[in-house]
Amino acid sequence: MKLLEVKNLCKIFDDKEILIDINFSIPNGKIIGLLGKNGAGKSTLIKLINDLLTPTKGEILINGNKIGVETKKVISYLPERTYLNKQMRVKDVINYFEDFYDNFDADKAKKLLKDLDLNIEQKLSKMSKGMLEKVQLVLVMSRNADLYVLDEPLGGVDPATRDYILDTILSNFNENASVIISTHLISDIEKILDEVIFIDKGKIILQSDADKLRNKEKSSIDEIFRRMFKC
Amino acid sequence: MKFTFDNNIPIYIQVLEYMKIYLISGVFKCGEKLPSVREFSTTFKVNPNTMQKALAELESMNLIYTERTNGKYVTNDINLIDKLKDEYAITLAKSYFEGMKRIGLGKADSIKYLEGIND
Repeated sequence: MKLLEVKNLCKIFDDKEILIDINFSIPNGKIIGLLGKNGAGKSTLIKLINDLLTPTKGEILINGNKIGVETKKVISYLPERTYLNKQMRVKDVINYFEDFYDNFDADKAKKLLKDLDLNIEQKLSKMSKGMLEKVQLVLVMSRNADLYVLDEPLGGVDPATRDYILDTILSNFNENASVIISTHLISDIEKILDEVIFIDKGKIILQSDADKLRNKEKSSIDEIFRRMFKC
Repeated sequence: MKFTFDNNIPIYIQVLEYMKIYLISGVFKCGEKLPSVREFSTTFKVNPNTMQKALAELESMNLIYTERTNGKYVTNDINLIDKLKDEYAITLAKSYFEGMKRIGLGKADSIKYLEGIND
């Protein structure tokens, strides 16, 4: 059984086709890059996987189950924008996550925050964008999930912090879990990817093993992407 | 050691090269137990699957072997490591001579330059 299976998925908003007949599946233990330009449909796809939108057509299965309450328990989602109350302190958010998710490991979160030099007494409103992104990533990676879905985890952070974030992702996903990372910052992230999915104008135009693709095209994923989507 | 990767070349091949240097230089000696895939991937900062692929490649070259349930070990055959070292040294030497040829220097001159270098 596949960890994630997307079948004939379509999403239409106001007569506009955002996703057109999307089919793919993801096994356990892989890091997948969901790569596409702005407006390609990445976030819509991710929201559908997280049950924040309803498909117009088609279905999404997690471990063979239709999206719903049960699947939300096993998916840990990092949204593009923060939903946390900025008046909270980091430790309050930890308590909140602990109450909310059975599979949240508060000790792990505290350890990771310490490793990243983040103070759990600090208020979120006093943190920089990069610090907030780190806090959110730590929260998401501290859940013992089957599937981690990270929407633009590198968006607002400097290159040094990007490396930190990649390390955090790498060292904290267990071998039975998979990670989907959506991004357009390909060169920063491509070395940790097992597989890439290119999405453009609502369609999947390529799914491949990352190293096989490099070997075949004799260039980086970033370069292949740029060539394919040249304006 | 800082590991840098060129995104234009499959990552597992680059990890494989680093691993070969480890074996040649004796960082891991004949018969020695290797760290786990997990530990390696943390060190190289690569995906565990990529690490696994590099190790599988080393195994297919008989440079390492898996002892059931016990982990992976460096081969006990020193000849294999010596051969690897020899091949690697030839590759390095060739690339030196190619570089010298590009600036118009022949083999004999190139060797003179080599001898002039004190370390």
